[in-house]
Formats: sequence, C-alpha cells, structure tokens
Amino acid sequence: MMKWLKANWFYLVVLVLALVLPLVITNRYYSQVITMSLLFAIGALSLNLILGFTGQASLAHGGFFAIGAYGVAILTYTLGWNFWIALPVSALLSGFIGLLVGMPALRTRGAYFAIVTLCLSEIIYLVAGNWMELTGGHNGIVGIPTPSPISLPGLGQLKFDSQISQYYLVLFFLLFTLFIMHRLTKSLRGMTFLATAINEDLSEAVGINIFRTKLLSFVVSNFFVGLAGGIYASLIGSISPSVASVGMTFNFLMYVLLGGITTLAGPIIGAFLIPVLLEYLQFLQDYQMILFGLLLIVVIIYFPSGFMGLYKSLSEKIKKSKVGA
Amino acid sequence: MELFLQQVFNGVMLGSTYAIVALGLTMVYGILHVPNFAHGHMYMLGAYVCFFLITIFGFAYWPALAVSAVVLAVAGIVLEFLVFKPVRNAGGITPFIAALGALIILENAVVVLWGPEGHRIPNPYPGIIDVFGITMSTQRLLVIGGAFLMILLLQLFIKKTTLGSTIEAVAQNKEGSTLVGINVNFVSALTFAISTALAAVAACMVAPIFMISPSMGSLVGMKAFVIVILGGMGSIPGAIVGGLILGLIEAIGGGYFSAAYKDVFGFGALVLILAIRPTGLFGKEIKGR
Repeated sequence: MMKWLKANWFYLVVLVLALVLPLVITNRYYSQVITMSLLFAIGALSLNLILGFTGQASLAHGGFFAIGAYGVAILTYTLGWNFWIALPVSALLSGFIGLLVGMPALRTRGAYFAIVTLCLSEIIYLVAGNWMELTGGHNGIVGIPTPSPISLPGLGQLKFDSQISQYYLVLFFLLFTLFIMHRLTKSLRGMTFLATAINEDLSEAVGINIFRTKLLSFVVSNFFVGLAGGIYASLIGSISPSVASVGMTFNFLMYVLLGGITTLAGPIIGAFLIPVLLEYLQFLQDYQMILFGLLLIVVIIYFPSGFMGLYKSLSEKIKKSKVGA
Repeated sequence: MELFLQQVFNGVMLGSTYAIVALGLTMVYGILHVPNFAHGHMYMLGAYVCFFLITIFGFAYWPALAVSAVVLAVAGIVLEFLVFKPVRNAGGITPFIAALGALIILENAVVVLWGPEGHRIPNPYPGIIDVFGITMSTQRLLVIGGAFLMILLLQLFIKKTTLGSTIEAVAQNKEGSTLVGINVNFVSALTFAISTALAAVAACMVAPIFMISPSMGSLVGMKAFVIVILGGMGSIPGAIVGGLILGLIEAIGGGYFSAAYKDVFGFGALVLILAIRPTGLFGKEIKGR
C-alpha cells in the first residue's frame, strides 16, 4: 500500500485537486471554461489514440464529435429520449460510422489517409448544414435539454442543472476515458498499436494484422470523441454545423501536439493549458490565431514531443546533475 | 441535352483550374514528399495580390496576373525555407502539422489585414458567346484556354529544358541527382516557386467569376488534394485528368441533383475510388510515410 502510494502520490494529488477545484473557483465564467477544457480533454485523449499511439493522422475528429453531438441533440430534443440512453447510443453510432468509414479509409496510408478523413469531415459538415429536416440546417438545434436526473433509491435524485454538477459529470467521463485509455495502451493490444505506429511493414512481418489493429483504434477513438460530442451538446444546449468544422479538428490536434503526443497526460495538459492561455491572450483578438499558427510550427520543429517532452528532458537533466553532485 | 452540354462546359472550366492548382501540389509532393496543406491558401493569397494590384494600384488585368504570379513564386520560396525545410527529414505527421500551422497563419493574416468579407475583381471580359444554345462567357473560355496553355508550357519546360529536367531527376532519385551535380536545395525552391506561381495564375483567372475571400483557399486546397490522390501523388498526367474528372462530377452532380451537395459528390467519389484502389487511379504503390 505504501509502495503504491509512493509511486502514485502525484496522480492522487492531481485527482484531489480536480475534485476540489469547483469549490475554489466560483466565478461562473471560469468554471465554464474549465468544464469545457475537461470535455475537450476527452476528445484530445481519443485523438491521441489514433494519431499518437497508432500513427494514423485522422483529420475527421471534428466530424465524429459532431456525430455524437447531433446524435444526442436529435434523440433528446427531437425524439424526447432520456439522455442516459441517448448518450451511449450516440457514442456507439459514432463508433459504428467510424467502422463503416474506416473499412475503406484505412486501406490508405500516411498522407492519403489524412486527406480521406479530411474529406469525410467536410462531407459530415456539408450534410449537417444542408439536411434541414434532421439537423436544422445552418441554424442548428437550439434548446437541447441538460442531462436527465438519475434517481438513486433512498438517496433522492442526482440532478445536472448546476455548473458544479456538470463539472463532476464531465470529470467522471474524463476519468472513465483515461481509465480505458490507460488499460488499452498498456495492454498487449496497445503494444500492437504502437508497433503499427512505428513501422507498419515490420509489424505486418511479425504477424500483426495492421488493418484490424488500425480499425480497432479508429473505432475506439471515434466512440470516445462521439461521447464527448454528446455531452457537449447537452451541456451547451445548442449546436450548429460549426461543431463539425475543420477548426474543431485543429483544436484537438493542437491540444494533443502542444501537450505531448503519445502520452496520456499530454492531451489533458494541452486541453487545459491552451484555453487558459487563450483567455489571457484575448486582448490579441484577431492576432491570436496567427500566434497559434506560429506556435504550432515552432513546437513541431523544435519540440516535436510537446510539453511532456520538454518536461521529460528537463527532469532527466535535473536527475543527471544530482547524480553528478 | 443543352443543359447537359452547359454543365459539361462549366465542369471543364472548373476542372481546368483545379488541374493547374493540383499540378503544383503534385510537383511539390513528387520532389519533397511534403503534403503542402497550405497550397490552397497560397492560391487565396494570389487572388488577393491580384485584387489589390487592380483596385489600388490601377494595374490592368494581365500585368496584375503576371505580377501576382511572381509575388507568389517568392512567397512559395519563403514558405519552403521557413516551414518545410526544417522538417524535411522528420517524417511521419510532422510536415503536415507544420503545413497546418502555415495555413492557419496565412488565413488569419489575410482576415486581420483585409477583413473577412468577400471582394470581386472587375471582369475584364464581360462578353458572352452563344454556341448551339450553350452560353459561354468570354472569361470562362479564357480560363479554359489559359489553363491548357499553362499545362502545355509546364510540360515543355520539364521535358525540353535542362533546368526542367532537373526537377524530374530529383523526383526520381534524390541521391542520384546529387551525385551528378544537381543542387537539390535549389530544385526544391524552384519547384515550390513554380507550384505557388501556378496557383496564383489559376486564382487570378477565376477571381473575376467567383468572389475572393480569406476562406476560399481551404476548399480549393482540399479539392486539389482530392485530385492529386485520384491521379496518384506525384503524377502530372494524373493531376490533369483528375482535375477534369472532379470538375465534371461537381458540375453534373450540382446541375442534376443538388447544388448544395455538389462538394459531397466530389469527396464521396474520392472515398469510393480509394476504397477500390487505395493508391489512386494512376498511383504506384507508396511506402507508408
């Protein structure tokens, strides 16, 4: 027990901090920013699975986020379903469309795969903007109900209409995603993902079915981003085709890359730091995105493994200097 | 029948501009193996340069087009030097991301400098010709003629001049061409310059027909990629045929089925073709990068 505590104390501290955070931050605006960061961290983690751990640059992540979001919006608002049924159904739908699309798309490699997924994302965007009957066209869907309350026998109801309860709801799903990603990437299956990312031909030569490996990673990744999209729709209350835009994919990409690709902590750090950074850079207004583009280029040239890479190399340097002294 | 011919004419017009944009992209990929995601945005920049030369400096249409091509050639060299050269040996998804960064900068810089609204370049040839019931505006005919002239000139340059054949040599074998004394850095810069200048010419030719806006680049860039993949990365004939196919799919799909979904047909066709032939119509087997 002590040994376990010693090895994992840092994560426990972070967890406790995350649990008490909404009690400390009472400003409604900041609280909303943080809840959204947690939500986007789910999407970033899922992108990291296909992009980092499996090495396939899927640029349709915004599209699958939108499938989850529109799924929940249509099922709860238009059809009046319970949120807790609509959410898993939408996430599964996102995963299933990922399966259908992945079968042709994953036959391609490298840059081809990136373009095919980018086109898919564009198709989803166009359909969301033009299918008036289903998606409300460019106006989107407004008035999506917040998550339905859960009745606990003997304890009353868990309601999700306050900001604090929504924060814990998102935190719960983030921890769930993190748990699955942790189990998955540390498993033998996760090793085959990584092998595929490093060298597809060699992986195939040692008997890994790379097509099935990539497909599994793609489907799991799209399931989780669909989940994030579904929660997003319910918490924000309105969606428009812009959730399917390339900009959404770029945001996820930025979180993963600046935070640290192929690490579990990196995407979460990225999803947290960048929106906070953006809040501070509000005064730059239109110049903000230019700065971002510059940052992206500088990071990819000089720090390709992002914040986590920087942290690792620094801590190794400190260790070395201690050994030397 | 007349509707059909009208759509074919529009499709060929669209397709020929797509073809020259895609040509530049495929050449850069052939030489540097870099998927230049910012190519569509260089196209957009070309249209803006042309617009300002005409409206502010009072240039005539043709000189504006020529100057815009030269300006964009320089911009292409700068882009290659600042963004792609440092990641040349990095492999994987790194060059993509660098290109994405460049694209974000370009689009937002134009928004900041000149606003997000659309502009229109005054049409230098507003005349209309009527052939067998098909209306052809002079500008549209000019676009088709200009595009084929550019393709022809590019072919002559690559096949008949020594400088042009160095491009082909580097595309075929980088080490080999270094051995025989070709300066690979120079050829890379030259290829980028030609590629972005071609994009600028295409943009200037269609700008009097469509609006120009900061976001015009991303869709054209994506289409150019679709074409390059349809035709096979690095294949010049593939880019020309692919451009015309995409233009026709869009015009006929938009004319007969639904104008709102015309881009869906094009992108859908790509997904379908890749499902059957993962390396494109004319592509060779490519190694995973």
